[in-house]
Amino acid sequence: MKTTNWGNYPVTQTPTFNPSFEEDVIRILQASDSVIARGNGRCYGDSSLGGKMISTLNLNKILAFDRQTGLITCQAGVLLSDVIEVAVPYGFFLPVTPGTKFVTIGGAIASDVHGKNHHSEGTFGQHVTEMEVLLADGQIVTCSPSQHADLFWTTCGGMGLTGIVLKATFRLKKIETAYIRQEQVKARNLEEIMDLFAESESWTYTVSWLDTSAHGKDLGRSIMMRGEHASLEELPQKWKKNPLALPKNKKLNIPFYFPSFLINDLTLKIMNRGYYFKSPKKQWSGITHYDPYYYPLDSILNWNRVYGKNGFTQYQFVLPPEASREGLRKVLERLEKYKQYSFVTVLKLFGKAYKEAVLSFPMEGYNLAMDFKICPEVMKMLDELDAIVADYGGRLYLAKDARMKAEFFHQSYANSHLFRETLDKWQARCKFHSLQSDRLKITV
Amino acid sequence: MNSTILILGATSDMAQACAYRFAKAGCQLILASRKVSRLAPLQSDLEIKHQVKVHLAEFDACAYITHTQFYQSLPSKPDVVILAFGILGEQEIAQKDDFAEAHKIIDANYTGAVSILNIIANDFEQRKSGTILALSSVAGDRGRQSNYIYGSAKAGLTAYLSGLRNRLSKAGVQVITVKPGFVATKMTEGLPLPKPLTAKPEQVANSLFKAVKKKPNTMYVLPVWRYIMLIIRNIPEGIFKKLNL
Repeated sequence: MKTTNWGNYPVTQTPTFNPSFEEDVIRILQASDSVIARGNGRCYGDSSLGGKMISTLNLNKILAFDRQTGLITCQAGVLLSDVIEVAVPYGFFLPVTPGTKFVTIGGAIASDVHGKNHHSEGTFGQHVTEMEVLLADGQIVTCSPSQHADLFWTTCGGMGLTGIVLKATFRLKKIETAYIRQEQVKARNLEEIMDLFAESESWTYTVSWLDTSAHGKDLGRSIMMRGEHASLEELPQKWKKNPLALPKNKKLNIPFYFPSFLINDLTLKIMNRGYYFKSPKKQWSGITHYDPYYYPLDSILNWNRVYGKNGFTQYQFVLPPEASREGLRKVLERLEKYKQYSFVTVLKLFGKAYKEAVLSFPMEGYNLAMDFKICPEVMKMLDELDAIVADYGGRLYLAKDARMKAEFFHQSYANSHLFRETLDKWQARCKFHSLQSDRLKITV
Repeated sequence: MNSTILILGATSDMAQACAYRFAKAGCQLILASRKVSRLAPLQSDLEIKHQVKVHLAEFDACAYITHTQFYQSLPSKPDVVILAFGILGEQEIAQKDDFAEAHKIIDANYTGAVSILNIIANDFEQRKSGTILALSSVAGDRGRQSNYIYGSAKAGLTAYLSGLRNRLSKAGVQVITVKPGFVATKMTEGLPLPKPLTAKPEQVANSLFKAVKKKPNTMYVLPVWRYIMLIIRNIPEGIFKKLNL
């Protein structure tokens, strides 16, 4: 069977096992030389592809939920969407959420995912209080920030290379309503959007969409979207009766792969321009439900098929604060040179890195994520972007990567040797490999 | 629906899907299986998602002498019983020199079912109410070389159920024979099942849930199976025996 992740690139033909019980996971693990755990396949590249894959999707049970404190314990294959459905009616929400709710808890830990609140609330791993990890030798170890802390912090952001997360306990955050008070502000160029991020620091959620097709004096023009959880008082009367309402399920589906020529420099330019000019106003605000606010793309099932059968890749990097302005400019100019544009483009100012999580991606500075259809021209351009990111002291997000070179990885992740040392301490490299970890020479 | 559902063989995918479907409707659940510790995650998940009471009970279909004790010690008597245990077994092994495999298939699919259903039937008959939903199989409609040991055990179960239905109809107890056809589950993982003929466990659960109200005698999950089996049953034996089924 063919298996791919969200980018539909690369493809592997190796088997996936779908155990329903912990004892079956152990049995499969012990009968294998090289395995990697996989969740819902929402990383973009080859992080959860390998010689043999153990899916956690049948380990999808919620084990405990304290409705007073918001502490929740889940098996690794529980989706964030399952947690939300259980938590929201009791006035709780995920402490940190990525742009899709269709990732598993195990995946969220392995990629140490971040969200629009990274500058204020950190990464997902920082809210995990305890987890159980199945090690290479078949033992299950409970770890937390105070117990086997090295295993805990290498598993957060460790791309599944320490072992298989079986269950985890984490803290949900209290909310008064299921709604977000949102403000959108247009920025005419890179300078303006960076100023906006600086002045929006006190907002819980900040993120911006960026027009990659704009250049010259418009380079970096963006729309800042900042938000706060709406209080009950702020809600319009009609929503006050049921302030913790779950969304109504109306979903579009992309039933087949679009022919890949539909995504080209002209259509992307038109889409970018259209989105930037969708409102003539410089600033607008309103109350919106959490679902469209956090997960706009989740309402279109299989949106990845828009890029065609050959797939696409997301290029996501972060640059240190002092290098961000120049580095971002260089990157955007390079897109213009290649006439390659992205539509789903996200710019965000991260807060400080959490040092204990040695392989976790976020660090202080500007983070930019862009989608590109896979083609030789793009691959060439991305190699050049790697050089720029390396020059300015930045790094790429492993959960999105499908192609960077091992040298670049080890140069840009300064703690990669510490990561390997911890893997060896827990004797993980004899068992856990992904296509990515071998490609990046982490596990070989 | 404010009733108690007993699911026998609750670790299977179809049984689990049933547990969610009935819990969603507010039913109390008793989940029974051989390795009851495996069911603890399912229990907590059902209780958290649907705010229903879920009780776990140890039950081994082949440990017949424990069945009376098992049924008597349930926290409350069920209104609906879903018999979902059974094994596919290995036909190849069962037909060669290893009678143990054949015996296991017969016991787990037939003997065990007779043993526990006898006990439940007597209780339901006395109470003059209740519904028994038993998962039999289309494989029991006609023996085929690829799985006739499993098929014959299911055929026995089907015949048992039809007799039981005949007896209990006077007491107002409904016995429903379910022939799911192909279902995408752990038991069939890796088999090349044709998609249009294969139901999801959730579809099975949904039709079982509806059946409690509609009270059919025999039911298929996907309607197309009724016609497939009609044809298969009516192929003359002279031709059938030469087919590679």
